[in-house]
Amino acid sequence: MKHDIVIIGGGPAGLAAAAAAREAGARDILILEREKELGGILNQCIHNGFGLHTFHEELTGPEYAARFIAQIQELQIPYLLSTTVIDLSSPASGGVKVTAVSRENGLVEVEAKAAVLAMGCRERPRGALNIPGTRPAGVFSAGTAQRLVNLEGYLPGREVVILGSGDIGLIMARRMTLEGAKVKCVAEIQPYSGGLKRNIVQCLNDYGIPLKLSHTVVDIQGKERVEGVTIAEVDEHLKPIPGTEEQFSCDTLLLSVGLIPENELSKEIGVELSPVTSGPKVNESLETNVPGVFACGNVLHVHDLVDYVSEEAAQAGRNAALYAAGRNEDQGEEIPVETGGAVRYTVPCRICAQRVEGSQVVRFRVSKNMRNASVCVYADGREILRRKRPVMAPGEMEQVLLKQKDLLGVKQLLVCTEE
Amino acid sequence: MIQCDIVIAGAGVIGSAVARELSRFEGSIAVLEKNADVCEGTSKANSAIIHAGFDAEPGTWKAKMNVRGNEKMDKLAEELDIPFQRCGAFVVCLHEEELPKLKELYERGLANGVPGLKLLNREEALALEPNLSDAVCGALLAETSGIVCPFELTLGLAENAAMNGAQFYFETQITGLERREDGWLVKTSGEDFLTKAVVNAAGVHSDELHNLVCENKLHVASRKGEYCLLDKTAGQHVSHTIFQLPGKYGKGVLVSPTVHGNLLLGPTAADIEDREETKTTAEGLGEVLEKSALGVRNIPIRQVITSFTGLRAHEAGDDFVLGETAEGFFDAAGIESPGLSSASAIGEYLAALIAEKLQLARKENFQPIRRGVPRLHDMPAEQRKAYIEKNPAYGNIICRCEQVSEGEILDAIHGVLGAKTLDGVKRRTRAGMGRCQSGFCSPRVMELLARELSLDLREIRKNEKGSEIVLEKTRG
Repeated sequence: MKHDIVIIGGGPAGLAAAAAAREAGARDILILEREKELGGILNQCIHNGFGLHTFHEELTGPEYAARFIAQIQELQIPYLLSTTVIDLSSPASGGVKVTAVSRENGLVEVEAKAAVLAMGCRERPRGALNIPGTRPAGVFSAGTAQRLVNLEGYLPGREVVILGSGDIGLIMARRMTLEGAKVKCVAEIQPYSGGLKRNIVQCLNDYGIPLKLSHTVVDIQGKERVEGVTIAEVDEHLKPIPGTEEQFSCDTLLLSVGLIPENELSKEIGVELSPVTSGPKVNESLETNVPGVFACGNVLHVHDLVDYVSEEAAQAGRNAALYAAGRNEDQGEEIPVETGGAVRYTVPCRICAQRVEGSQVVRFRVSKNMRNASVCVYADGREILRRKRPVMAPGEMEQVLLKQKDLLGVKQLLVCTEE
Repeated sequence: MIQCDIVIAGAGVIGSAVARELSRFEGSIAVLEKNADVCEGTSKANSAIIHAGFDAEPGTWKAKMNVRGNEKMDKLAEELDIPFQRCGAFVVCLHEEELPKLKELYERGLANGVPGLKLLNREEALALEPNLSDAVCGALLAETSGIVCPFELTLGLAENAAMNGAQFYFETQITGLERREDGWLVKTSGEDFLTKAVVNAAGVHSDELHNLVCENKLHVASRKGEYCLLDKTAGQHVSHTIFQLPGKYGKGVLVSPTVHGNLLLGPTAADIEDREETKTTAEGLGEVLEKSALGVRNIPIRQVITSFTGLRAHEAGDDFVLGETAEGFFDAAGIESPGLSSASAIGEYLAALIAEKLQLARKENFQPIRRGVPRLHDMPAEQRKAYIEKNPAYGNIICRCEQVSEGEILDAIHGVLGAKTLDGVKRRTRAGMGRCQSGFCSPRVMELLARELSLDLREIRKNEKGSEIVLEKTRG
């Protein structure tokens, strides 16, 4: 029997997609989650600040997840836990075939008319940066340390240096400090932070933790356990400047150096990925190049705020429901969304104007810090949107709302910044 | 004090191979290893190549043992259930004027008795290996060259030796060696051993052990080599191991597929003072990336998932030191490249010498077959299904990148010479070796280790003493 929709991942994206799909009429939905509980990475994010946009209150990660889990239970959407998807394929009969394994059900194959990819992302490891030095215990990605502290209840170190100012690193600077560890500094190779402004204020400034921009780790010392790291300033090509080395004794190095959408499964089924985001290239319905396969959340592009993940995922869920019901046939040509100025990418990267429901959110990031620049959208060379932004930063996702009436009949669409 | 017939110093690939070959004979074997697991020294970080044997000078131990070791590999891999692929190797020549050197190498290979050697021109080479660089003007193809997983080779040898009665003593450092009437008293950081024979397989420390008892002194220099490992998405970039022809432009570095489908680049070469210093350096890693591009084009270097440094025990005489160098003292010293390729042959050779010396009879019930941890990811769906039905823990995926299940990790922990550390689990199962480099699975593997070995999470180590991962409980 074919399900209407199978949702891969029961984190914030998968949950919101499932709920929205049900509300849009999909009856037979199945969520596959590899962890023991629904909620995804939110379960280890015990700090607050989630849900300001969605619920207009500050929730912790588990509280935010609980609201969506309650909704899933209310809507009686079935889910399988501790179930890892190991393969995705396109059967000859159409739709999607998912192969998964679990302790309870063994190896199972599930077919569905549509699939929503909601696998989230992973942290970039030390090796991806080629940080020189020894290879002792005490080098953790920030998320791993977060899990050890918040879920397992163990402190991974007492004297800490953090490389990278991604949000998880900033959150962990505060968390480790609250647990009695000494966080000596946060080094960031770029001249700007990769995290949210509010996290820099609340997690570093409030605790007197120095943020060293344009600095990186050039050496790790210690044989069995980290004994220290060397930090140096970098030039405009991000190369360490000799003579600027500074030694920090520490037993722990946390890395918060970027997140990578986890698209190994997507590739199995032939989903085309963007080299900029490492996530699928999707159209206005958040559908990938593989018909019936939709993507949302951090597997699509890395988000800062879970609220936007939920919003985006709901859109993917609704469209998957339409697809499964056979109501999402081609209604017109998809035009590419071109980028200009400091805009690095857009999601979606293709738009079919006929399928837009009233208005279309386009999300993007910029490549540098900007003050008083404008976000502009041109349709066939005609300006259809201009918005002044006092501050834009690579660490903060931007979005614009395009009206369907401005898009109909358009052959060329450009989203750009102007300074 | 423990009495035995043979003490083997070192549980690297050489010590383990000697132990396995000796375990064919009657006689008690004690393998002493100063680290917490097998394969912790030079054996763990190298090019993972089973060389064809054309490189060493004819008549040297290196040449003889390499060629014999290579011959033995197919049967050995089958017996020990370890991955081995004869993917073949290219030695590429990057400068027209050095083509005669390629011919020399070919002839040296013939003199060493290496089968399957061919000289190729650029077109022939490109037809087999399309990603060779524009500079390649000719190549030597060695069809018998292969790739292996050094951990699994060492583990296979060691576990099979243990199955056949060899005793392994970990975290046992030799502190002294005294001659006794009928053999040696081996003093260690733990119990002392009274033994008839000692085998020196102490890797970068093999000269120290040798010099304790022999007049003729050895000098082993520790030479380090840095490597970069690329993700499996890059594993198909070449299908053979690509060496560069050593010459006046330097030694070059290799580019090779691995048996697990990754791409390996390296090594550099630098002599170091501290024999066990395995730091990587910015210069070294830069050199690896730069030089690997000379022979192979468009290497996707953004796919690097980790880098590491390996050690080689280079003896001043430039050859392996093998044989009975003092009464009842057998050397396998200065084993550098092609040591991995030669290991099984060295084991065979020394075991025969020792058996003869001690008059050991062959065992009737030697069991040559060892089974490794099953690899569910590589199984066809039906077989995988059957495994999970038999043991549901095989259905519980712990390491998502390499798709390693709880069942496989439990097998590794409870197997012969079971894993006790994160690295131990990693080497036996690949949990943590994938693209996230253990970010997701390490807390879960730690939990399994703690549960199965009845340890507190604070006692779980990465590898050696002092490498504990979490330090204390949180305040909550």
